[in-house]
Amino acid sequence: MATQTPTKPRTAAAEPAGVPPRPRTEGTVMNVFSHAFLWLWGLMVIVPVVWIVLSSFKSTREIAADPLGLPAAPQWENYVNAWTNGDIGNYFVNTLQVMVFSISGTMLLGAMAAYVLARYEFRGNRLVYFGFAGGMMFPVFLALFPLFKTLDNVSLLNTYTGLVLVYIAYSLPFTVFFLTAFFRTLPSGVAEAALIDGAGHYRLFFQVMLPMAKPGLIAITIFNIIGQWNQFLLPLVLMSDPEDAVISQGLANLAMRQGYEGDPGALFAGTVLAMVPIFLAYLIFQRQIQAGLTAGAIK
Amino acid sequence: MRHGKYPFILSFLALPVALYAWLVILPFAQAFQISLTDWSGSSNQFEYIGLDNYVNLFKDDRLVLPALRNTGIILVVLPVVTIGLSLFFAFMLNIGGRSRQGRIEGVRGSRFHKVVFFFPQVLSLAIIGILWKQVYAPENFGGLIAGGLRTLGLPAPVNGFLADKRLVLASVIAVLVWSAVGFYLVFFSSAMASIPRELYEAGIVDGAGRFQTFFKITLPLLWESVQTAWIYLSIIALDVFVLVYMMTPGQGGPDGASEVVGGVIWKYAFKHGEQAFASALGVVLFFAALSLAVVSLRVGRRERIEY
Repeated sequence: MATQTPTKPRTAAAEPAGVPPRPRTEGTVMNVFSHAFLWLWGLMVIVPVVWIVLSSFKSTREIAADPLGLPAAPQWENYVNAWTNGDIGNYFVNTLQVMVFSISGTMLLGAMAAYVLARYEFRGNRLVYFGFAGGMMFPVFLALFPLFKTLDNVSLLNTYTGLVLVYIAYSLPFTVFFLTAFFRTLPSGVAEAALIDGAGHYRLFFQVMLPMAKPGLIAITIFNIIGQWNQFLLPLVLMSDPEDAVISQGLANLAMRQGYEGDPGALFAGTVLAMVPIFLAYLIFQRQIQAGLTAGAIK
Repeated sequence: MRHGKYPFILSFLALPVALYAWLVILPFAQAFQISLTDWSGSSNQFEYIGLDNYVNLFKDDRLVLPALRNTGIILVVLPVVTIGLSLFFAFMLNIGGRSRQGRIEGVRGSRFHKVVFFFPQVLSLAIIGILWKQVYAPENFGGLIAGGLRTLGLPAPVNGFLADKRLVLASVIAVLVWSAVGFYLVFFSSAMASIPRELYEAGIVDGAGRFQTFFKITLPLLWESVQTAWIYLSIIALDVFVLVYMMTPGQGGPDGASEVVGGVIWKYAFKHGEQAFASALGVVLFFAALSLAVVSLRVGRRERIEY
C-alpha cells in the first residue's frame, strides 16, 4: 500500500511532528475485532455452501463417516440420480412453465392497476389502493384452505393455470404498492404533451409511461422472480401431484424420500443443481438483484 | 383530455381487481366465517358454534400453545439479533474504516463482504433447509458442526441439534438470522449512503470515536430504516414455516419444541381435517400481524430529522 507520508531525509525525524499521532489503541482493537467478525460471518456463509457442493460428490459412506474430508473420487452418479430418479430436470421445466406466465401476468396486471391508481383521480381510488396494499400484511396461512376450496370448485386445483392465477393474485399487493409509488414520481409534463399530441390513454400508457417506468419495472420484476421461484407454501397446498411439483417443492419431496431411501448424495446433488442457476444469475446481476430486492423494502 | 377516462380506468382495473378479490380477499373473508363454525372441511355439513374454536385454541397445549410460545420467541429474537448484526456489519463496511487521510470509508474488502453476505437471500428456503439440516445432523450422519466439534475434542448432541428439545428452536432461529442478515446489511447500507459525510467529519474533528459516531450520528439518522426493518422481520417471524417443515423432526418436533403458528395452521387444515379450528388460529395470527403494524407505526414514530 502506498502511503502519503512524504519521504523525508532521516535527519528530519528529530524535529517535532506537526500533528501528534492520534491514539490508536481503540481503533486497533476495534479493527481486529470487527475484521475478524466480518470474516467469520463470511465463512459462515461460504463454508456450508461449499461443503454441500463437496458432499454432493461423495459416496453415501463418505458423507456419514468423513464429513470434513474431500471426496476420494467424485461420484458423478449422484448427479445422474438426482436428474433421473430425483426428477430435478422435470421440476425445473415445471417451474419455468409456471413462471413465464405468472411473472408476465403479475407485471402486466400490476402495472395497469398501479398506473391508474397513481395518475387518475376517481371515486374509490383510495379504497382500491388500500385494498391492494393491505394485502401485504395478510398472513397467507389464513387463506390457505378457502383458497384450496375455491380452486377446487372451478376445477383449477392441481393445474398450472390455477397456480399461475394464484401467484399473480398474491404478488399483486406488493407490485401495485411499489409501482404506484413509482408512477407517481414520473413527471406529468411528458404525459400532458403526449395527450395534447393526440395520443389516447392506452397509447400514453404503453408507449410513453411504461418505458419511462423501466427502472421500477425491472426492480419489481426481479423481486417477483425471486419470490415466485422460491415459493413453497402455495404449491405445497395447491399442487398435490408430485409429477407437477415446482422446484422448491420437488427438492422437499427429494429430501423426504432421501430419508428412507438413504441416498444423501443424490439429494445434495439435486440441491446443488437447483442452486447453480441462482448462483450464476446472482454473480452476473448481483448489483441489480440487491438493488431490486432492497428497493422493494423501502417504503 | 378527459375524454374516455372512465372506460379506460375501468378497463385497466377490472382484471386485477377481479382476480385479487376472487383469490385473495374472498378466501380471507371466508376464513373469518369458517372460524365461527365446526366445519371439518371435507363434508358440506357445518353449524355455527360462536367463539368456541377460539376458546379451545387456548386449551390446546399439544400444538397451539407451544406454537404461540415459539412464534412469540421468534418474534422477539429474530428482529433484535438480525437488526443488531446487520447494523454492525453495515457500519463497519460503510463507515467503520478510517483511511490514513482520515476520510470516512468502509473497511477493506467491503464489496466482497456485501456480495457474500447477501447470497443466502436469493436461495430458496427449501435449499437452505436441506443445507442446514445436514450441517446440524448428528455425527453418524455426517453433520458439519458435530464433525467439527469432534475434531476439536468437544461434545456434540448425540442425535444432532434438531432432535434436541433444548436446541431445536435456537437452531432454526440461527438459520433465519443467517439468511436475513445480508439483506438488511444492504438495506441499511443504502440508507447510510444518504447520510452526508460532513456529519461524520464534524464528529471526528470533535474527537468522536467509532462507538460515539455510531450511536450519536448513524443510529438516530437511520431510525426510520430500523423501524421498517423491524416490521418486515416481524412479519417474517409470524410466517415462519418452511424451515420448520424442512428441517425439524415431525415438522415441529421433537415434542412440539419447534411448533410455529403457521405450521400448526397447516397441520390442522391439511393433515387433521379441522378446518374451523385452523381458521380460528389463522384469525389470531391475522390480528397479531395487524396490531403489530399499528403499534410499530405509532410507538416507533419519532421526530423526523431533516438533513
